[in-house]
Amino acid sequence: MSSAADIVAVSLVTGATVGLGAYGIRLSRTTSDFYVAARSVSPMLNASAIGGEYLSAASFLGVAGLILAYGEDMLWYPVGYTVGYLVLLLLVAAPLRRSGAYTLPDFAESRLASKTVRRLSSLLVVLIGWLYLMPQLQGASLTLTTATGAPRWLGGALVAVVVLATVVSGGMRSITFVQAFQYWLKVAALSLPLIFVLAVWHAQGSPSPTATSLPVMRTTTTVRVPETLDLQVLQPVTVRAHGVVDARAVDGPVLLTKGRHRVGSGTQLTLDAGTVVPQAVDASTQLNTSWVRPLSGTPSHDHPLYGTYSLVLATFLGTMGLPHVLVRFYTNPDGRAARRTTLLVLGLLSGFYLLPTIYGALARTYTPDLLLTGQTDSAVLLLPGRLVGGTAGELLTALVTAGAFAAFLSTSSGLTVSVAGVIAQDVLPRLGSVRAFRVASVVAVAAPLVLSLVAARLPLADAVGLAFAVAASSFCPLLVLGIWWRGLTAAGAIAGLVVGGGLATTAVLVTVATDPGRGWLGALLSEPAAWCVPLAFLAMVVGSWVTRDRIPPGTSRVLARMHTPEVIWSGAG
Amino acid sequence: MTVQPEVPQRRVVVTSARTSAVHRTRGATASREIDEQTALGEVLVRSLMRAQLRIAFYAFAATAVLLGGLPLLFAVAPQLAGIHVLGVPLTWLLLAVAVYPLVCLAGWAYVRAAERNEKDFTDLVDRS
Repeated sequence: MSSAADIVAVSLVTGATVGLGAYGIRLSRTTSDFYVAARSVSPMLNASAIGGEYLSAASFLGVAGLILAYGEDMLWYPVGYTVGYLVLLLLVAAPLRRSGAYTLPDFAESRLASKTVRRLSSLLVVLIGWLYLMPQLQGASLTLTTATGAPRWLGGALVAVVVLATVVSGGMRSITFVQAFQYWLKVAALSLPLIFVLAVWHAQGSPSPTATSLPVMRTTTTVRVPETLDLQVLQPVTVRAHGVVDARAVDGPVLLTKGRHRVGSGTQLTLDAGTVVPQAVDASTQLNTSWVRPLSGTPSHDHPLYGTYSLVLATFLGTMGLPHVLVRFYTNPDGRAARRTTLLVLGLLSGFYLLPTIYGALARTYTPDLLLTGQTDSAVLLLPGRLVGGTAGELLTALVTAGAFAAFLSTSSGLTVSVAGVIAQDVLPRLGSVRAFRVASVVAVAAPLVLSLVAARLPLADAVGLAFAVAASSFCPLLVLGIWWRGLTAAGAIAGLVVGGGLATTAVLVTVATDPGRGWLGALLSEPAAWCVPLAFLAMVVGSWVTRDRIPPGTSRVLARMHTPEVIWSGAG
Repeated sequence: MTVQPEVPQRRVVVTSARTSAVHRTRGATASREIDEQTALGEVLVRSLMRAQLRIAFYAFAATAVLLGGLPLLFAVAPQLAGIHVLGVPLTWLLLAVAVYPLVCLAGWAYVRAAERNEKDFTDLVDRS
C-alpha cells in the first residue's frame, strides 16, 4: 500500500483545518465569540457544522465495521444517531435556545437556581466528553496505522495537537467554518470512492454477501496478526502461515481443523482465493445466514432483543445530552431558527448514513480477512483499495483517509470546546475568561489522550455507545423534565443525576475494566440505558415530589421564557 | 392634483408608524403579563406549553411505535428476513433506507405544527 498519498491527504485536511481556524481568529475577539460564535450563524452553515461535528469516528468508520462483523442488528446505530436528533427537535431545541444559557451547567443553574446541580452537571459534561473523545483519538491512531504503518500513538497525538491549535486560537467561530467544511468533506470522502467501488462490484456480477454460507476470500490475501489471537474455525481450512500457530513454529501450509486455534503475535497468515475465513473468537457473527438476519448477535453479549432496545433508548435519548451537540444550539439566532436548523440536520444525517451502511455490506464480501484480525473498524479505509487498483485506488484510499481524519478532527474539536468551556467556567474562574479557556482546552484534550493510550480497545461505535448511555441516563431527564415540568426541584434533579449518571458510569467502568461475560450480566452492564434511564427519571420525579415545597421561585418566569416566541419579549425582559 | 402625490406619501409614513407603534405597546403589555406572572400570563404560557407538548408527544409516539415495533416484529416474524425486494432483504431495506424519510417527515410535520402553535399564541397575545 502506498502511504505517500495518504500522508499528503491527511496533511491537506490538517492544513485546511488549521487554515480555516486561523481565518476565524480575526473574527473572534470577546468571550462570547469564543464560546458561541456570537450567535450569528445561518441555519444551513450551522446545520452543516452540526453534521460535521456529530459524524464522528463511530459514524465514519465504526458503523461499517460493526455491520461487517454483526450485520443487520447494527443498522440500529445509524438509525439511533439520527432519531436522537428528532427527539432533540421535539423536546429540547427551541426551548433550550430560548433559555439563553451557554452550556448545560448554565441551563441547570438558571432553571433550578442551584450551584450544586450546576457542579454536578459540569462533572457529567466532562465525563461524557472524555468518554466520547477517547474513541475519537483511538480511531485516529487506527487510521494512521492502517494507512501509513505509523506507530499506534501518533494518530491520536496528531489529532490532539491540531484540535488544540484550532480551539485555542479561534474558539467556536473558527470551529463553525471548520465543522461545516468537514461535513461536506466527509460526504465526498465516502460517496466518491463508493461510486467507483459500486461500479467494480457491478462489473463483477454484483456478488451478494450471502452467496456463501461463510465469508470467503475473493483474492489471495496476507494478513499479519498484531497480537496473540484465538480463532474459531467452523469448516476445516488450509492457510499458509509464517509464525506461531497453536504454540508451534510454522512456515508453510497448515491445516486448521474445526474448533479453536491460537495464532501467535506477529504471525503472517496467507489466505488463498476461495478460502473460508477463520474468524476471531467472539468478535463476530460466524455464518452469513445469521449475519443477514435481525436479532442474530451483538458485540458483547447474547441477548440481542434486549440489546437492540437498550441501544435504541440510549441513542434516541442520549443525543440531547451530548455536550458538543447542545452547545451548537446557542449559535442559532432564535428558537425558531434552532428548530429549522435541527430539521436540516435530520436531512443531512439521513443522507449520510446510507453510505457507511453500503460500505459495511460490501466489506462482508471484499474484506472478510478483517474478521480474522478483528480490526473491522478499518473496513471503510481498505475497501476502495481492494476493489479499485492502481493509482486510482491509491487516490480513493487517500480520500477516505482524509475523510476519516476530518471526522476525528471535527468531533474532537467540538467536544474539546464544550468540555473546555465547562472547565474554564467552573474550575478555573480566576484566570480571566479567554486565558482560562485556553488552559482548560489543554486539560480537556490531554486527559482522554492519556486514557486512549492506556485503556483496552473497544469497537469504536461500541465505545461511543457508552457515552450515549451515560448522557441518556443523566442529561436527558434533566432537560426533558426541566423544560416541560414545573414540579422539578434542585433536590430531585440531583437525585436523578446521581442515580442515572452514577449507575450508567459504574456500568461503563465495569464493562471497560473487566469482562462481564456474554450472559445477562454482560448484557445489562454493556447496554445499561434500558434500566438506567427509567431509574433516572423515577429518581428525579420522586425526589422532586418529596421536596415539592422547594420548587424554585422563578420557575414560571423561566418556563415562560423558554416556551414563548422571542417576538413577544419586551425590550426590558 | 395635490391629492395624488399626498396619498401614497401619507400611506407609507402612517402604515409603518402605526404598525411599529401597535406592536410596541401590545408586545410590551403581553410580555409584561408573562414576565410578571399575572394570572393571564400564566394561563397563556400553560396553554402554549400544553399545545407544544401535545404535538411533540404525537410525533414521538408515532416514531416510537413505528421504529420501536420493528425489533419486536422481527422477533415474532423471523420469516420477514427471507423476503427480498430488489435483491435486498426486506429487513435491511426497512432499517437502512425506509426509516430515514419517515423520520424527516415526522420532523417536518412537527416544525410546521410548532410554528403554527406559536403563531396562534402570538396572535392571541396581540389581541389581548
